[in-house]
Amino acid sequence: MPQLELAQVRKSYPDGWTLQDVSFTVEKGEIACLLGPSGCGKTTLLRLIAGLEPLDSGRVLVDGEDVSRVPPHLRGFGLMFQEYALFPHKDVLGNVAFGLRIQGLGREPLAARVAEVLALVGLAGFEHRDVNQLSGGERQRVALARSLAPQPRLLMLDEPLGALDRALRERLMDELPAILRRAGVTTITVTHDQEEAFALADRVVLLRAGRVVQAGTPEEVYRRPASAWAARFLGLTNLLDARVIEERLVETEIGRLEIRDWRLEHRQFPISNLQLLIRPEAARLGESGPNLLRGVVTEHSFRGERFRLSVRHAGGVELTFNLPASVELPAVGESIAISLDPQAMALLNPDD
Amino acid sequence: MQDAGRCLLLASCLLPLVFLLLFYFYPLVSILTLSFAPNGRLSLIPLEKLFGTPRYLQILWFTTWQAALSTLLTVGLALPGAYLFARYDFPGKSLIQALTTIPFVLPTIVVALAFTALLGPRGLLNTGLMQLLGLDRPPLNLQHTLAIILLAHVFYNYTLVLRIVGAYWANLDPRLEEAARMLGANRWRAFREVTLPLLAPALSAAALLVFIFCFTSFGVILVLGGPRFATLEVEIYRQTIHYLNLPLAAALSVIQILFTFALMAVYTRLQARVQRPLELRSRQVTQRRPQRRREWLLVWINVGLMLALLTTPLAALVGRSLTLSATGGVSLDFYRQLFRNTRDSAFYVPPLAAVRNSVGFALATVALSVVLGLMAAAVLDNRGETGFFGKTRFLDPLFMLPLGTSAVTLGLGYIVALDEPPLNLRASPLLVVLAHTLVALPFVVRSVLPALRAIHPHLREAARVLGASPYRVWREVDLPIVARAVLVGAVFAFTISMGEFGATSLIARPERPTMPIAIYRFLGRPGAANYGQALAMSTLLMLVCTLGFIAIERFRVGEVGEF
Repeated sequence: MPQLELAQVRKSYPDGWTLQDVSFTVEKGEIACLLGPSGCGKTTLLRLIAGLEPLDSGRVLVDGEDVSRVPPHLRGFGLMFQEYALFPHKDVLGNVAFGLRIQGLGREPLAARVAEVLALVGLAGFEHRDVNQLSGGERQRVALARSLAPQPRLLMLDEPLGALDRALRERLMDELPAILRRAGVTTITVTHDQEEAFALADRVVLLRAGRVVQAGTPEEVYRRPASAWAARFLGLTNLLDARVIEERLVETEIGRLEIRDWRLEHRQFPISNLQLLIRPEAARLGESGPNLLRGVVTEHSFRGERFRLSVRHAGGVELTFNLPASVELPAVGESIAISLDPQAMALLNPDD
Repeated sequence: MQDAGRCLLLASCLLPLVFLLLFYFYPLVSILTLSFAPNGRLSLIPLEKLFGTPRYLQILWFTTWQAALSTLLTVGLALPGAYLFARYDFPGKSLIQALTTIPFVLPTIVVALAFTALLGPRGLLNTGLMQLLGLDRPPLNLQHTLAIILLAHVFYNYTLVLRIVGAYWANLDPRLEEAARMLGANRWRAFREVTLPLLAPALSAAALLVFIFCFTSFGVILVLGGPRFATLEVEIYRQTIHYLNLPLAAALSVIQILFTFALMAVYTRLQARVQRPLELRSRQVTQRRPQRRREWLLVWINVGLMLALLTTPLAALVGRSLTLSATGGVSLDFYRQLFRNTRDSAFYVPPLAAVRNSVGFALATVALSVVLGLMAAAVLDNRGETGFFGKTRFLDPLFMLPLGTSAVTLGLGYIVALDEPPLNLRASPLLVVLAHTLVALPFVVRSVLPALRAIHPHLREAARVLGASPYRVWREVDLPIVARAVLVGAVFAFTISMGEFGATSLIARPERPTMPIAIYRFLGRPGAANYGQALAMSTLLMLVCTLGFIAIERFRVGEVGEF
């Protein structure tokens, strides 16, 4: 039985905006991530699960039990707000101990639990600091400790890394999942940043305008986006109109291409009106190999561990690839030949 | 050019200060002298008499606890309204919000009379009940009770709490309370442990201001309390007017001054805490439409209560002024009587003359207070200045002092100080104008200063670089931008002068009464006709002030009433 199940959740607002029939599940101990552009309803969904807003219809089930009508303070969930919402009139101890005091914990077990969670988030000994004087990263950790302290059945994080600077974000992308796994808590996080979603989550739920577009592991979602929109949202820009001529053979503006990642059930060829996704890691330098592509280098930039390379095909199509930093690239304006890995391409449905 | 600017600034600084010195501090010092050294030698006899007489201690005690009770009641009633205005957005909200400003501009005597018109023995409620139940005596006896005083105080101060607390609450992040809910706190606990402590500075500032206003309440208690109730303020008036015991009145004033100054000092410190940098959030984020039926119910019940409290007394005033209690029919008789001299008395002053006096005083007050207020605001807005003029911040509370000083004390001070050379103004109509200007000045400064501070310094610098002298800069950049704010200040000054009762009741010459004084005189005479004329004149005064209110709402930039 999943730890959390959303069944046909609906919510509409007076201004016309709606969440439509949202359903997904989260398994025990899993970290799920609601991913989508701003305004897609991620934060609203979180607030509905938390019970801070009423549902129009549908159900929220925890361990099979319907909690849709349970007020937020009795659900036993934790929620870390965007920008953290730390109580400015309480110190670190006062913030972290808040939920424990409400549970009626005695003086000593309370102090022990606070020390334990502060150690877990790497803030041991911070009990008597003023929360208004802390750095962004420290505030984030206090908020996390406050949410974890009462041992919630489900922890929700709203844009947990959104308010942090880049270096800190990179570090916490590694640390946060580690902390959550150590705490063993089932988690839903929300973000608009796919990199963050992939780094944190065991399962990604992709949302667009109040609907679930796709749900799956980060690898599944990345390798086979459900639609051209999903691909573009994930930063995958190499999309070509495609026609399937026969099994594993596709005709596009840059010629016929062989693909290996084949899941079409349709057996009658040709099939038109599809889109082919060529992922940026598909390119291999050189004339050997399948799916040869010849073109002119229009741009390349060095990104540390890799090159970002743009190639224009004679037909006018421009494609962008990542190549390892170890290769030698031709200069801008020179011609180039690359082969495309049949494993790194997928057929997608066009947008509605 | 720099020097010319400095001279101008120095003049702007000196004139308002000289005004305060002569017409505020000098009268107060005269009161001190009178109570501590009535014959030129230090004597504590008046003060000893004061504290040796149980009656005066009782008055002090009553003054304090009625103010405390009024404050408690007002805060308790206004808090749900403040929550509503802070967290919800609903149709008609801005109109209701504007309507709640009306008590700000209504004279105390009008409000007191409105409450007698609603709840008094000849009030709408009683006459209605008498007709309905066939009674021959009024069933409700609220005239001259504590209840009616408290109600009038709530009417006056409800808005104050609604505005101060509501504005602060609106910028408080609702997620803080939600965070507490997510950690297991129920609604009440989340409010008590998170919202209430965060609101505390605004709440205590509002409560203290209400307390100060109720502590120095005069017109409401004089009219509604009758002979049974006396606050310090009313007693100072009685000692001065009825018993001509100026030293005792002065001693009472000293107590009054000490109390209000102490309270104002606490208030100023609280104000500083209200400005503590919380992470305040814009209202778009914190407010939303009600969703559940329970929320809508809460909104409409509160709005209903708010409107009932604010409008029924005023509606009763208008209604009663148009009905003769004998027949019950609508008639303009009371208004016609205003313009007839039925008494043929030598001391009779026609009501129309009172209207003329009031308007004359009010126009003079507007002129004087706007000039002084602009000068004061120019000095207080000292960005970019160095030396002395960069440190004028300390003058700010100085210009606000008259706000916390009781009007009756001020009037007494004028009687004591300004009736002998070198400043003998006792017989001059200027005395009333000076008193009104002093009361209006803080409002003018508070209306103009925010607008002046909102002018980007680059605008002034651009004008300077283009060759404008400091005076030209002020005239061509500052003045046009603050013109609307000046208009608001002027309207404030006008309505304040029209309705001022406390100081005027002591210093106005009998042959030159203002409208509030005329109303009070009508009330002092027996009979339905006099009461009716008091109602009619109050309605006229209310109309003038309501027009003023509409002008303020129309021209104000941002919030006014933030003190």
